[in-house]
Amino acid sequence: MAEITRLIHEYLRHDKKFPHVWCPGCGIGIMLGALIRAIDKTGYSKDDIVLVSGIGCTGRLPVYVDFNTLHTTHGRALTFATGIKLAKPRLKVIVIMGDGDAVAIGGNHFIHAARRNIDLTAIIVNNNVYGMTGGQYSPTTPYGMKSTTTIYSNVEHAFNISELAVTAGAVFVGRGTVYHAKLLDSLMEKAFAKVGFSVVEIISHCHTQFGRLNRMGTAVEMMQWQRDHSVTVEKAAQMKAEELKDKFKIGVLVDRELPAYQDEYEKVRKWAKGTEKR
Amino acid sequence: MKEGKTGIEVSIAASIAAKLARVEVVAAYPITPQTHIVEHLSELVANGELDASYVNVESEHSAMSACCGASAAGARTFTSTSAQGMELMHEILFIASAMRFPIVMAAVNRALSSPLSIWGDHSDVMAARDTGWIMLFCENGQEVVDSIIMAFKIAEDRRVLLPVMVNLDGFSLSHVIEPIEFPSQEKVDAFLPPYDPLYTLHPDKPVTMGAYGMPELYTEAKYAQEMALIDSKKVVIEVMDDFGKRFGRSYKPVETYNTEKADTVFIALGSINENIKTAIDMLKEEGREVGLIHLRLFRPFPSDELIAALKGVKRVAVIERAMPGGAMNSPLFNEISSLVHSNSMGIQLNNYIVGLGGRDVNPEDFHGIIDDMLSPEAKKETPKEEKNYRVIGVRG
Repeated sequence: MAEITRLIHEYLRHDKKFPHVWCPGCGIGIMLGALIRAIDKTGYSKDDIVLVSGIGCTGRLPVYVDFNTLHTTHGRALTFATGIKLAKPRLKVIVIMGDGDAVAIGGNHFIHAARRNIDLTAIIVNNNVYGMTGGQYSPTTPYGMKSTTTIYSNVEHAFNISELAVTAGAVFVGRGTVYHAKLLDSLMEKAFAKVGFSVVEIISHCHTQFGRLNRMGTAVEMMQWQRDHSVTVEKAAQMKAEELKDKFKIGVLVDRELPAYQDEYEKVRKWAKGTEKR
Repeated sequence: MKEGKTGIEVSIAASIAAKLARVEVVAAYPITPQTHIVEHLSELVANGELDASYVNVESEHSAMSACCGASAAGARTFTSTSAQGMELMHEILFIASAMRFPIVMAAVNRALSSPLSIWGDHSDVMAARDTGWIMLFCENGQEVVDSIIMAFKIAEDRRVLLPVMVNLDGFSLSHVIEPIEFPSQEKVDAFLPPYDPLYTLHPDKPVTMGAYGMPELYTEAKYAQEMALIDSKKVVIEVMDDFGKRFGRSYKPVETYNTEKADTVFIALGSINENIKTAIDMLKEEGREVGLIHLRLFRPFPSDELIAALKGVKRVAVIERAMPGGAMNSPLFNEISSLVHSNSMGIQLNNYIVGLGGRDVNPEDFHGIIDDMLSPEAKKETPKEEKNYRVIGVRG
């Protein structure tokens, strides 16, 4: 059996009605492929993985995969996941969100999960828009771009999700694009292996809504845009600031060691019980 | 907007109504099936057709909070939401009514998760029914437009100063194209003068809003708010009458259809009333006379009008698009039951839950309900079971 066939049979739900809801050419499918390959490599049993999602196009992902999955409400995926992790710390909890889920309606949860350094992996598909509801502006819609609620031009400035995660205290932050599928595999593998709050931001495209409104062409052209506007962290280190002006960095942005929430909590419990000295 | 009727999507018409009302601040967050209302408003503001400020906030909680702020600063304020969005607003819905902010919200009614459903029912508004808002329900697109314009006039009346929720059913009303007549801007301006707030946040005349109400004051504050809500019915009727005189379309808090000859009636909220009217017409062809009492005003509850409408009625089928959540009956039924029994009206009341999560309700379903009401089983005076309602078409 070809490797891809094995992965499909192993991880996608056979009882689910395909095709999925995503538009032809959507980047979420590429992300799903990378997610499955990365999970397969980690050696986790399917039953030890929990996928938690919010609402939106990205939020639909857990419906199709054969793990423990929880499809929650808009913006609350991280908080449901926090509860799961506290109740069953041995489970690998992966949270799948869009930009709306992660940094708009759930933005508060995002910075606090990072600050708390709870052992979760957040995978964020950033397509600059609310795709499912019809292409409304999101906090990652770039300044000057169009959406159905900023039909002439967006007057606000976008969040940089990865930088937000770094500042808020995430121990691992990686950024990739759906053009760089292999990079996504490796970023996810690293994020899963990390103890603490890890983030993988995936720059994707919504050619149906965002691309069409902003005349960015087909899904292929939007992926070429990702290729032409991304620079690896290593290469960026060699470049001047002006050369990086319209570029974004991909690769591992942060990989640092900080004690995770559950380890810190365990320490306090031992002190409080008097079984260990402070 | 041209004279006469225009074929237009009801959501777009709702945003045009807000424009005709000259709203000054809109804060909203997108949620299906409300999106077209706020998208169109954002466009009207951005292209200068509507002189207002529009903000795309990061959640519904922020949307209603921003609306409260705008209203506190004296602006005519509008927003719209649905389902989970209304639930996320829930905390601030109470703040809007208690701080007496005359905000108008188009509530595009949708089912609540879980299971996830984007389709229509009334579980969102029924969960918000006791938040102190005036609540209107619309049967068709024209009513949506007229209600939004009337809502500002009601809300901003100095005798009221309360927020108004204009309810329209998700998809079955919000997304259909209907022939709608838009009043001219001049006529709307004459009907609805600029908002003249009683208190605003202004540096020259500072006030404090939302301060602590200690135990010796809290009850009185809530009592005053409640009385204002109950008394607002008078203003609702005045505004509806005034609107009728000026625009030629009259509304009443409670309306009836074919009740003259019928002693069996349906009572329902929202666009389902049009389906019920169709069913009533079909029953008429079979020689059966059944009526409808259509509640346009749900909060404050129009008791006197309902008592008048129920005169001579022997049987009532209360149709509701929400689960009772462990209560003996659905919310609307409980209100009507309370009214009927406290006035010793001796009417047979039956409760039917229909159309949850966008499930179709056909005329045949209403025929079935009538047959059910006339069965000996349905006539029981006291319910023998804890579940005193039927869910139409439920499997399993």
